[in-house]
Amino acid sequence: MTHGQRAATPEHASTAGGDPGGNHPGGPWPATDPDVDLHVPQQRQELSRHPAVLLGSIAAGGVLGALGRYGLSVAMPHPATGFPVATFLVNVSGAFLIGVLMVVVTEMAPAHPLLRPFLGVGVLGGYTTFSTSIVDTQQLVIAGAARTALLYLAGTLVCAVLATLAGTVLARALRSVRGRA
Amino acid sequence: MTLLLIALGAAVGAPARYLVDRAVQARHDSVFPWGTFTVNVLGSFLLGLLVAGAGSVSPALTALLGTGLCGALTTYSTFSYETLRLYASGNRSLAVLNVLASLAGGLGAAFAGYAVATALWP
Repeated sequence: MTHGQRAATPEHASTAGGDPGGNHPGGPWPATDPDVDLHVPQQRQELSRHPAVLLGSIAAGGVLGALGRYGLSVAMPHPATGFPVATFLVNVSGAFLIGVLMVVVTEMAPAHPLLRPFLGVGVLGGYTTFSTSIVDTQQLVIAGAARTALLYLAGTLVCAVLATLAGTVLARALRSVRGRA
Repeated sequence: MTLLLIALGAAVGAPARYLVDRAVQARHDSVFPWGTFTVNVLGSFLLGLLVAGAGSVSPALTALLGTGLCGALTTYSTFSYETLRLYASGNRSLAVLNVLASLAGGLGAAFAGYAVATALWP
């Protein structure tokens, strides 16, 4: 893919998402990756500008997120052949929150430069986990609960993507309500 | 103690995800989220290795490397956002490819880690 093709994508995105998108101060959002996308000039430069503050914010957020995830897993343990409820809820709620956060970061008034690194890369990245979701699935297969494994794998995927969509739609709705007030 | 070990692992895992993501993007310019794909598959391999060796690995190491490091190194929120973003921006086949490649790659990596661990610690 070339840069030219990529530049065209946010316009499709705004049509599909029902949002003009162009009201972001930096123009249409050119990024796919919410953690860091080198197509965004500010993000390309953020590491060399303040490496210690940036990585420190990500680490601090990651610690908070991981401890929250651990807390939920302790509160809701699952048997070896049971549905891993805690990790499912963690990943779906985290997916909802990234939808909300990215509307705030990309479509509203310029956010603090550490907001995305701390909350998005750190807290939500540390809170949600792909590896546990995959290894939970694997363990279910090994334990002979293939049907639960498939339900969990597909259920997490579908619910997470829908949650991200719901978070995006809700944040945009709140933004336009606030914009009219 | 467990909390401290998880915190320590996550304090390394989250910045590592950011740095690996950047490094992959810098070498591989594409709309496809190769950076996130890389950390998620890598983390699945490591966790598969760790879980299979759990009998011989201490609970402290599981907290540090599993819950802390692998948990924070990998991310479902970013994976979900990217999939939706690809789909909504018209790259529907890339969105589907991201899902299939990440799930299949992750599971393959987890089973590979499992196999390596059982070979190393029979």
